[in-house]
Amino acid sequence: MKYFILIIFLLSSAYIFYEGLRDDPTYIPSNLISEEIPEFKIESIKQYESFSSADLKSGEIKVVNFFASWCPPCKVEHPQLKKLSEKYKLYGIAKKDEIRNLTKWLDDLGNPFVKIGLDKNGMTSIDWGVYGLPETFLIDHKGMIIHKHVGPIMKKDLEYINKLITNVK
Amino acid sequence: MRFLAFIYIILFIFSDLYAVEPDEMLDDPILENIARDIGKKIRCLVCQNEDIENSNADIAKDLRVLIRKKISEGKEKKEIISYIHSRYGDFVLYTPPIRSDTIWLWVFPIGFLILLSFIFFRKKR
Repeated sequence: MKYFILIIFLLSSAYIFYEGLRDDPTYIPSNLISEEIPEFKIESIKQYESFSSADLKSGEIKVVNFFASWCPPCKVEHPQLKKLSEKYKLYGIAKKDEIRNLTKWLDDLGNPFVKIGLDKNGMTSIDWGVYGLPETFLIDHKGMIIHKHVGPIMKKDLEYINKLITNVK
Repeated sequence: MRFLAFIYIILFIFSDLYAVEPDEMLDDPILENIARDIGKKIRCLVCQNEDIENSNADIAKDLRVLIRKKISEGKEKKEIISYIHSRYGDFVLYTPPIRSDTIWLWVFPIGFLILLSFIFFRKKR
């Protein structure tokens, strides 16, 4: 009997362990989903219009993207951001970027953002619970975070994001 | 044997080294100790099970700076940990909070230990 209990325990532990292995260890679920956007401060960049938390608290669905010109995956998702910008308002927060590099990057690749700000020391990114770049947040018309996408938005993700936004509308 | 002793001494000397850079440190050693104590409780989000005091990752450095900034502003240890927890969830804490959905993490190992002891060590009549 005692060996039976032990075997049952070992088998159930092995199953839980196996299930755990299938999880993506790089993905950390956001604590801010269904929460109001955090209060934050970003530096304005001369060439572009900046924004604050007040800009995101009303109006239509908005997309907030954390990016940087030094981040290669951000370049990968850029065409998808441009596609999203045809339908929705995109707000960009450049993390620890040099203004000169950022301006050149946006000039070369195109600027999908309606407003851009600079998170010079990474503190705004912490306010938003960002742990890597790029990260993208969907904000509803009341200023609540409805979805967070970690990593570059690929073509296959666009459909899911569009579906999410349509459901909210 | 001497070589092993040498390795042991070297490991002992360097065992208390942190990734904290001199420009991050607070001037007051008491406050700096508080910051290190908080940092040891916070898991680096992009590393393999390293606390932020020992990690060179960018996010770990940012969190160390944030902790020291908040301490300088007079924030309590509990408030700072709670702020970071509110942003990054349970994953960031080495000690998961006791809630209805996490209670089994605490109860199950103790319960199982008691059960096993009962099964294997009870006196046979």
